[in-house]
Amino acid sequence: MDFVTIIQVLDSTLRLATPLLLACLAGLFSERAGIFDIGLEGKMLAAAMFAGAFAAVSGSVWIGLLAGIGASLILSGLHGVTSITFRGNQLISGVAINFLAAGLTVLVAQSWFGQGGRTPSLMGGARFEPITLPFAETVKDVPIFGPIYHELISGHTILVYLALACVPATWWLLYRTRFGLRLRAVGEAPEAVDTAGVSVVGMRFAAVAICGVLCGIAGAYLATGLQAGFVKDMTAGRGFIALAALIFAKWRPWYALSATLLFGFLQAIAVRFQNIELFGFTIPVQFTESLPYILTVVILAGFVGKAIPPRAGGQPYVKEN
Amino acid sequence: MDKMPRWADVFLIPLISLLLAAIISALVIIAIGEDPVAAVKMMVNGALGSTYGWGYTLYYATNFIFTGLAVSVAFHARLFNIGGEGQAMLGGLGVAIACLYIPWPHWSLALLGAIFMSALMGAAWAAIPAYLQAKRGSHIVITTIMFNFIAAGLLNYLLVNVMRPTGSMDPATGKFPETTHLPTLHDLLTPLGIKFSKAAPANVSLVVALLACILVYYLIWRMKLGYEIRAQGHSESAAKYAGINPTRIIVISMLVSGGLAGAMAINNVMGEAERLVMNATEGAGFIGIAVALMGRNHPFGVLLAAILFGFLYQGGAELALWTDIPRELIVVIQALVILFTGALDNMVRMPLERIFLALRKERS
Repeated sequence: MDFVTIIQVLDSTLRLATPLLLACLAGLFSERAGIFDIGLEGKMLAAAMFAGAFAAVSGSVWIGLLAGIGASLILSGLHGVTSITFRGNQLISGVAINFLAAGLTVLVAQSWFGQGGRTPSLMGGARFEPITLPFAETVKDVPIFGPIYHELISGHTILVYLALACVPATWWLLYRTRFGLRLRAVGEAPEAVDTAGVSVVGMRFAAVAICGVLCGIAGAYLATGLQAGFVKDMTAGRGFIALAALIFAKWRPWYALSATLLFGFLQAIAVRFQNIELFGFTIPVQFTESLPYILTVVILAGFVGKAIPPRAGGQPYVKEN
Repeated sequence: MDKMPRWADVFLIPLISLLLAAIISALVIIAIGEDPVAAVKMMVNGALGSTYGWGYTLYYATNFIFTGLAVSVAFHARLFNIGGEGQAMLGGLGVAIACLYIPWPHWSLALLGAIFMSALMGAAWAAIPAYLQAKRGSHIVITTIMFNFIAAGLLNYLLVNVMRPTGSMDPATGKFPETTHLPTLHDLLTPLGIKFSKAAPANVSLVVALLACILVYYLIWRMKLGYEIRAQGHSESAAKYAGINPTRIIVISMLVSGGLAGAMAINNVMGEAERLVMNATEGAGFIGIAVALMGRNHPFGVLLAAILFGFLYQGGAELALWTDIPRELIVVIQALVILFTGALDNMVRMPLERIFLALRKERS
């Protein structure tokens, strides 16, 4: 593998890791507050479809982004009502949301555009364009550093940088603010938060709403940044890879960045090389694609460091009388 | 004392949930500019109006009986097995191995062999998540989701690189030999003087599925093991106090669950396709969740719910064929059924309980 190839693979790693990172941080907020969310996939899918549709009709990618966030928030609200208000099973609710999104996106896209469940191709201002960072053109020809800055760091859409910025922001919000302390407490010992006079229901709804916004951005990125328009089932399991990354990261923001970069790298490798020859063995592409899931099972099994979820995760909170 | 009479719990709540799902589905159909009444008519006509329609409805129902029973057995031990899809895929692999590599003299023997192999493979695929849940505390929902994806990757690899006949571009195994072809309902019913469509894929697997319902009923409500599974599901600490080993129950109930999901492959792989293709399960493993929830985890309820979903599947295919309503409408209905009968159970239950309590007070 030469230098140029390495840069190209890392470049696409960054692009492919972005939706995973956003969805992973979304899940982090929700699960840290004690609400399991296996509906990340569905929320991303709904956001992708609405972002694609609204960007195509309005011609503005920003309206598309807002529509995507809106769609994702509606599904988040549904998850909140079932799992917080009606104390339903959070896992079953997540499964329902995934199927609801899988069906409705095709139904609505078909009804609006009649193109077999896809949205029209996006062009110009209806897509997120790559941003050239300052001096990228000037340093282009500097050896080693030039290509790294010009190809790898510069030239991504704004959402890629936004996603990266979300990592320190999440860390700061969770570990350095009162809101973050309460959010984490609500996922570990909701009765203590309740005793302190803070609304458990309110905190959990806030966490679910943040989750909805981040999933919305992740979905909008798929339809308006990574690709030009929504196609049926375009999330292709990314919500579940994000969920895997969340466990891999043990519910912590900086680890989430490394986990999603690793999984993004595996996707980039699979796209670029198909089968890989390594030390005389052929590694089939299906193995590379399955590796995130295999690694997650290994981590969950606790053979390599134990992943312990928030203590009150998945349990509805019932106020004491 | 119970807050509600038993009939309300068993029939009224699922019925109301189903009604809510139906109303919202109708609103969705109106919203996309189609006529819900005409759509229902077309679905009933297409799925139940001919023996051809019935043949498809029952074919789909057979799949859903297996996966629905699989999910419900795990539910009894309070385990949520989302891995039915992957287990059914591995079951397909078991059927393919049994049919391709063993020379069977007659279909009946081939069927027995295929049931054994598919259940074995499905159970094996459920065994690892079960062991990890029981021994290492890894959440079974997450591990079974991961195993669905790993199963898809494994099957993809095997079909492309190992089991594909030389010279074929199609990622699928070769056709199974003639002696392993299962008789369809047409073949079974014609000697009895009943005319049944020759083209429909419903086959003898339906009988196996019905037998599986009876066996699961006996296991859960008539056997000591079933009692232990239910005890574990109600309260693990109480079950432990009664001398029931939680590890044993978790592993056994997941093996049964995975075996049932795997056995679905005798219907779709052996009975219909007669070879193993990519994505043979078509989401039936996930529909098992909706079927188990709607059927209240009872084999008879699962049977009824599976037939309902078989009807929806065949009816939905007819809709997609003749109208602008895409097949995905069925996915929406499936989602609504899971939502109302599973996650929003309390929303339906709480007002009903209040009504029944008020009625009882008036009477006394």
